[in-house]
Amino acid sequence: MPRATILPLSTPYRIALRSPVVAGGPRKQISTSAPRSNLDPLDSILIANRGEIALRVTRTAAQHGIRTTTLYTNPDAKSQHAHSSQWAFNLGETGAYLDQDKILHVAKSQKCKAIHPGYGFLSENAAFARRCTEEGIVFIGPPWKAIEDMGDKARSKEIMNKAGVPCVPGYHGRDQSLDTLAQQAEEIGFPVLIKAVRGGGGKGMRIARSAAEFSEMLESAKSESKNSFGNDDVLIERYITTPRHIEVQVFADKFGNCVALGERDCSIQRRHQKILEESPAPHLDPRTRNDLWQKARAAALAVKYEGAGTVEFIFDNDSGEFYFMEMNTRLQVEHPVTEMVTGLDLVHWQIMVAEGRPLPQNQEQVEAAIGTRGHAIEARIYAENPAKGFIPDSGKLLHVRLPMQTENVRIDSGFVEGDEVSSHYDPMIAKLIVRGDTREEAVRSLALALDEYEVAGPITNIEFLKRLCKSEDFMQGAVETGYIDKHRDELFTPKRLDDEILAQGAIASFFQSSFSKSPSPLRASNALAWLLPYSDFQSRSFHFLYADEEPKLGVKPNPYKVYLRQTSPGRFSVSILESQTFMDVACSANFDISTSTLTTYFPSTRLTSRVIIPPSAIRSSATLPIHIFARGSLYRLLPAPPTWLSAALGVTENPNSLLSPMPCKILRVDVQPGDVVKKDQALLVIESMKMETVIRSPGEGLVVKRVVHGQGEVVGSGVELVEFEDVGEKLDS
Amino acid sequence: MNTATRALSLQVLRSIRTPLQYKKPPTCCSLAIVQRGAATFTHPQHASAISVIPTLVDKSREEYKENAKRLGDLTSRYTELHKRLALGGPQKARDKHVQRGKMLARDRVTALVDPGSLFLELSPLAAYEVYDEEIAAGGIITGVGTVEGVQCMIVANDATVKGGTYYPITVKKHLRAQEIAQQNRLPCIYLVDSGGANLPNQANVFPDREHFGRIFYNQARMSGMGIPQISVVMGPCTAGGAYVPAMCDESIIVENEGTIFLAGPPLVKAATGEVVSAEDLGGGRLHSSISGVTDYLAVDDAHALVLARRSIGNLNWPGQASAPKVFEEPLYDLDELGGIVGTNLRKQIPVREIIARIVDGSQLAEFKRDYGTTLVTGFARICGHQVGIIANNGILFSESSLKGAHFIELCCQRNVPLVFLQNISGFMVGAEAEKGGIAKNGAKLVTAVACADVPKFTVVVGSSAGAGNYGMCGRAYSPRFLWMWPNAKIGVMGPEQLTAVMETVGKTVDPELRDRIEHESDAAFSSARLWDDGVIPPAQTRQMLGLGLQVALGGRRDEIVTKFGVFRM
Repeated sequence: MPRATILPLSTPYRIALRSPVVAGGPRKQISTSAPRSNLDPLDSILIANRGEIALRVTRTAAQHGIRTTTLYTNPDAKSQHAHSSQWAFNLGETGAYLDQDKILHVAKSQKCKAIHPGYGFLSENAAFARRCTEEGIVFIGPPWKAIEDMGDKARSKEIMNKAGVPCVPGYHGRDQSLDTLAQQAEEIGFPVLIKAVRGGGGKGMRIARSAAEFSEMLESAKSESKNSFGNDDVLIERYITTPRHIEVQVFADKFGNCVALGERDCSIQRRHQKILEESPAPHLDPRTRNDLWQKARAAALAVKYEGAGTVEFIFDNDSGEFYFMEMNTRLQVEHPVTEMVTGLDLVHWQIMVAEGRPLPQNQEQVEAAIGTRGHAIEARIYAENPAKGFIPDSGKLLHVRLPMQTENVRIDSGFVEGDEVSSHYDPMIAKLIVRGDTREEAVRSLALALDEYEVAGPITNIEFLKRLCKSEDFMQGAVETGYIDKHRDELFTPKRLDDEILAQGAIASFFQSSFSKSPSPLRASNALAWLLPYSDFQSRSFHFLYADEEPKLGVKPNPYKVYLRQTSPGRFSVSILESQTFMDVACSANFDISTSTLTTYFPSTRLTSRVIIPPSAIRSSATLPIHIFARGSLYRLLPAPPTWLSAALGVTENPNSLLSPMPCKILRVDVQPGDVVKKDQALLVIESMKMETVIRSPGEGLVVKRVVHGQGEVVGSGVELVEFEDVGEKLDS
Repeated sequence: MNTATRALSLQVLRSIRTPLQYKKPPTCCSLAIVQRGAATFTHPQHASAISVIPTLVDKSREEYKENAKRLGDLTSRYTELHKRLALGGPQKARDKHVQRGKMLARDRVTALVDPGSLFLELSPLAAYEVYDEEIAAGGIITGVGTVEGVQCMIVANDATVKGGTYYPITVKKHLRAQEIAQQNRLPCIYLVDSGGANLPNQANVFPDREHFGRIFYNQARMSGMGIPQISVVMGPCTAGGAYVPAMCDESIIVENEGTIFLAGPPLVKAATGEVVSAEDLGGGRLHSSISGVTDYLAVDDAHALVLARRSIGNLNWPGQASAPKVFEEPLYDLDELGGIVGTNLRKQIPVREIIARIVDGSQLAEFKRDYGTTLVTGFARICGHQVGIIANNGILFSESSLKGAHFIELCCQRNVPLVFLQNISGFMVGAEAEKGGIAKNGAKLVTAVACADVPKFTVVVGSSAGAGNYGMCGRAYSPRFLWMWPNAKIGVMGPEQLTAVMETVGKTVDPELRDRIEHESDAAFSSARLWDDGVIPPAQTRQMLGLGLQVALGGRRDEIVTKFGVFRM
């Protein structure tokens, strides 16, 4: 420290570096003449988050010589973010990312000057932001007051109305009685949106299309928001039929500067959560775009905003009107889209603003950059099953292979191969962001990058995303929040299973279980021969189920049968007789175990694919499919259980039962044995990954025979939940 | 041949010597160092070059083409024959078998062994043209297969062939499989689906030392030696057959298919008047839960085979012998063997051409190359395993016999397995030979072969006649495996010699006898009677020997030490 005194204090930055940091405490002014003497360089940051965003913040911090401290919980002890820093501290139990006391304790004991909250968790917790400020730690985010103002949806709309920012007609009153709410809904006019006042991320949000279903939706919204946010107050709004979700990234500093960093169209959503985000928004006329930016800046300034924020608008595609929805007072998941089209590092901006420096660019500079950088689009890679209503999945990532990252292809990922996607947290694995000079180019690049993106283990939405960005209307830019529902047939039809793929599955299974992992170099004779010790006497039959084909209740799926016979090392005869194309060929194949790459030379084509066979050491490997990545698609084949298995295990498979779609907790059971249920009638409600799912009747007039598990029980995946009397013909096929 | 080899060796030697000529570099330095000799460094390539067997095969020669065609025709005849016999019993019987939900015998074997592993089938020609009716493969499939990484002897009854009943050849084949298992210490898996002894043939199946009873004797002895015995009952095991599972270490039974009883329902009714169904009398459920005769109950064949694989997985058996993973292939095309040997046994077969197409890198370190030249001896490797090769290259003389005996002594001292390539019409006869003590010198070779306790393998590549058969480790000298080439002939003497001898002793030769001798010398005739372990295509010889060596060198060797007291059962 004495050395500091003999150093020439050439810059204010240097002075600040050596000055005490305790905000609110006595601030020693070394040089009163320095123009930015109250600058507070944040040379040590605590990241109060997990996964990819923690790594994202670490990356920028490292670039600017800032030390990061990371936090983790027991289930996250081996995760990537926990290993990204030498300073990693365990908070303990699963929910501890919300433990303000522990987090502040770590920050203080590690002498961190600031806390970056990421998104989710404590990022929009005004109380926490306030505590940080009061306890002398910089909260990298807006002032707590702004969070509070924007956090309460009703209050935020009042402020917006005053600032001249248009809002959706609705009821934001305190009176939460069913009658009032129903009446207000009637006044606003159906369809209406019911939303948790404290909600976000689509949780506690329901649409009531008619007065008839209003009360059920209300109850559901209330129960979910009670569980998620500890408060079940809701608001009601006009529901716009062909809406788009367009949001504006804003940035403000302590000096009253505020810029709009372009807009993002996040209309492609499922379960009210975004999966594709792009910038600029397609088919938006320049006047509207400018207006949006202006209104967004006005909104931010109205609450004396500082740092990164997002003003979300609902855009009525029919009228061209837009309404303020809410302001997210944090760095958002999709911020890389903006980074790609502006060429900026938003995390760095956040740190600069938090240090008390002015914004490095003004609106004109930003717009000039946006004008030259084309189009960016982000796809969120989730461990979830689109075919089963996007329910989250978890488990070990058996194989991960990323597309090549370039200047225009960026991947923000929180996991690597071998990591466990925990069911305790958000199932987002990574974000894939691509940039192109035009939207067409960006979409094409995205499709190509997705083709190269391989994930085996938990089921992901990658195949769904591929279909999405090859969907005609999407390519035309005809986006809207109801896009997925409206294009259901196109988006949810799995790819046809070709014979070559089935053959690959069988050949890879053969190699995997073959004793001599690599074929012996023994040279075989070409001449006619018998007594060939390498040649199988007979074909082995491999039975597969196509995991992407959802089996219908009451129908036992018919397995695909592949007959495979090794004729000499690496040479096979393959027949698939019960298929349209009737394959019966000889082929040669080699399987590189180390890279899981199977190359087969069929008579008319070569097929190289990566085949990931779950190791039998994994407990549930029998229910984990074989993953075949071939020609830009993933095919998941389940080895069909042999006919003797159920008898040998002493279990009888009941085609009349409804199975749990995922590991879950049963929240409520709505039926009793003997009940006759209608199609789609709610049978029970389960919860998994903090999300409620209603299990509905698959058929009309079914009679409940047995409810296997009661309320509060925790069950695994594929466990019988409800058994019906003989289902027979009552299912529509 | 010899000259060619020598020429090459000389060439090699010359090339090695060449650097020696530079021993006197111009001494430009004034430092007076006394000039002295230097040890030579020989490049490994040159060192190994002296062992490489050169080939003189000229494919354009008429003789080669003729040979290749003749052996090719013979080979395709054998291919067709094997294909037909591999089907098993008649179509009707097979259909019925499959309709009952059972797997065919060869399907069972395929499902039992590890995918991609080798299955060394034994004597698929057994019983071929032996009986009036066709008993395909003798009604039993035997061979060495890898199950859960463990080499096992697999014995599978084929119920589609006469109900899997035991003909005399069936018994012989079963016993031979057990003999191989015992010699090589291979765990045994019996896939039982048999109606027991074939009653019309009972006199040739039941009473003698090497008959039906010997199966159970072997099981008991092998179990005593610590060679595991596992059975899978997939069909009836009646009377004597009941002892197969009963005497096994572990037994698996398929419900509603496998039955085990000392007497079936008809006999029980006749004997005691008791009326009982086969399933109640000796079905899987009864034996697995009440009598305890079997240990595991399977739903069907596939399930039973998975259980059998699990049992083998629990043997705590050492994995396969650490066979060298990397080895050189022969330098020459294996398929040229047809053109080299042909089918005319009166022509001398250049045996070094055969060796060159069997051993690694076509390298043979020949021992006593220039002494007793009608027998080629030397060290080589086959699929990485070191072996001593003893191959006929003409009639056995006194010198060749002594050379062979000497070489066998070397191999036994060093524990090197022996491979005999047999093409022998006999020891030399005549006054001079007798004067030279051919009888006693031949006996030395026979003695050496008989006493050699290293694993021995014999391939009959040409004729196997007279006492030459003994000196070259014929069946009676217990080679671990003995295979024949399709062109091979086996007998006391060839038909020509027979004719000559008969005429000399003043008897006219019956042409029928001549034809019969000709027919009985044939490889298929031999194989049908289990005088060998199978007729193999020449190009397959290297693979079969490599596999045989692996079988012989694997297995458990350590002693099992647990001793029990007497416990009352």
